[in-house]
Amino acid sequence: MPTHAPAPPAQQQQPQPVEPASAKIPVPLVKKRRSKTPLLLIAPTLIILVAALGYPVGWQVYTSFQKFGLKQQFGAPPEFVGLENYTALLSDPNFWVILGRSLLFCLLAAGTTVVIGFLLAILMKRVGTVARLALQISMLLAWAMPVVAAMTVWVWLVDWRRGVLNWLLTRFGFDAEGHNWLAEPLTFFAIALVIVVWMSVPFVALSIYAGLTQISEEVLEAAAMDGATGMQRIRYIIMPLITPVLSIVLLLQLIWDLRVFTQIKLLQDAGGVANETHLLGTYIYQMGVGSGDFGAASAVSILMLIITIAISWYYVRSLMKEED
Amino acid sequence: MRIKSISSGIWTAVALAVAVAWAFPVYWMFNSSFLPNAVLQSATPTFLPFGGSFDNFKAVFADGKFVAALGISLSVTLTTVAVALFVAFLGALAISRFKFKGRKSFILAMLLIQMLPAEGMFIAQYKMMSSVGLLNNVLGLTLLYTAAVIPFTIWMLRGFVAGVPAELEEAGMVDGLSRTQAFMRITFPLLAPGLVASGVYAFLQAWNEFTVALVVMTEDQMKTLPLWLRGFVQASATRETDWGLVMAASMMVAVPVIIFFMIVQSKMSSGLVGGAVKG
Repeated sequence: MPTHAPAPPAQQQQPQPVEPASAKIPVPLVKKRRSKTPLLLIAPTLIILVAALGYPVGWQVYTSFQKFGLKQQFGAPPEFVGLENYTALLSDPNFWVILGRSLLFCLLAAGTTVVIGFLLAILMKRVGTVARLALQISMLLAWAMPVVAAMTVWVWLVDWRRGVLNWLLTRFGFDAEGHNWLAEPLTFFAIALVIVVWMSVPFVALSIYAGLTQISEEVLEAAAMDGATGMQRIRYIIMPLITPVLSIVLLLQLIWDLRVFTQIKLLQDAGGVANETHLLGTYIYQMGVGSGDFGAASAVSILMLIITIAISWYYVRSLMKEED
Repeated sequence: MRIKSISSGIWTAVALAVAVAWAFPVYWMFNSSFLPNAVLQSATPTFLPFGGSFDNFKAVFADGKFVAALGISLSVTLTTVAVALFVAFLGALAISRFKFKGRKSFILAMLLIQMLPAEGMFIAQYKMMSSVGLLNNVLGLTLLYTAAVIPFTIWMLRGFVAGVPAELEEAGMVDGLSRTQAFMRITFPLLAPGLVASGVYAFLQAWNEFTVALVVMTEDQMKTLPLWLRGFVQASATRETDWGLVMAASMMVAVPVIIFFMIVQSKMSSGLVGGAVKG
């Protein structure tokens, strides 16, 4: 990670001290390769991870090749059907609609979040201490809200009978009284988008702000004296320096927004039309827990995991680079 | 000069407006929780909780299910924190103090696992829990939560361990301490802030988690707080929702989190660019 990326204090020092070259003292801290100590140290982690993730994911891969129909729900053992679940899924137009909707939602939410986060970070840099603190505190409040509590408040804010949103819109002359935003898929997703962006911007804004504070004031002042306008300073000095932070937060946002589940599920609870508002997560839930079709649900889960790993790959690789 | 101060005034005004708008939902939860339902159902919203009361909170506490859910959330969360912290500490030690075969693969696995969405695995976890009889079981949920937080906790702690120079230990060893003694007397105390920050991270994750709990805790008396809150909203939504009550309930779930989060935020927030502090 470049030094101007926000990193925990401890991470700013690279772990060179463990290199044997620095060990002039006769007791080397790096034990010989054959030592069993590190393996003993990671054993508990491996055991827990294999039990809680490895085993289920293996089961899921296996199950995705099996058929769970009506018969199986009455106790018949599942049949092995090869790739049938996958071909059924890929030839189901409904699946493509849900996949497309999930990707679109993910891109929109992640893009909007990063743009707003970036603008707010610049704003924080620009204003005085009081305004900056006010922004930081309100960002932290939104960020700290547990997702279910946050969703509950938002559902109350957009409630069609007594919600503040409709009251406000009506005051501004819109005909919003008694309008149920969650009943239509389009406005349902607009509300979901606002909520997801509201929750995610704080992390992005504060991370980018941390990156901005690493840029030296002198460079910016010098550029200003040379006649660079605000936009030019952003474009030629600030942007290149914070691109690494920007790309990491964008990637994380993409990974997180692909899996929005709680927000969609709770908005569906609050009156959304479930069939028309599924994203990947709620679709898997509906198929697996709702209809008991574990084979098909596993196939969707596997596809979702593959997409996630594909997006994560770049991020993981960039983190691994410093690992030598 | 004057143009400059006008424009900076405008930016300050914009910043304050954004701050107010952003915090509004949190304020609205606070505000509504003190107001009786009759006030909340009136045509005009009441923006200040003056004259409000703690009646909503009392009513939430009177709901026996809240206390039960609090108990379950506390036991799952505290066990998760204790186990994850211990296990992750050992793991972090391994990767930051030792070179060994498979070290890189181990780190790679931790980073990738951290990215895996619960939604891609919950069906399988549900089936596993049901086949070993751990559905609706505190232990089962704790196992899933522990596994979910360990990778990031290792990553976070690793930074802290690497931040304590090994030379300090070496110096202690030259002074006659054994390797373990040197570690326990010199390095361990310096790691306290890292352990606290990682522990709080694990706490927040487990306390807030909804998806996995929804799938594996299906019985009414085995709900964690987020599940209880969802059920509470649904139950009170049968006719006109009692929003004051629901907001008081949300406050009880949210306030401990907000306080904890504010305390460790500065320690944690930056580790985030390398991690996953969102649900």
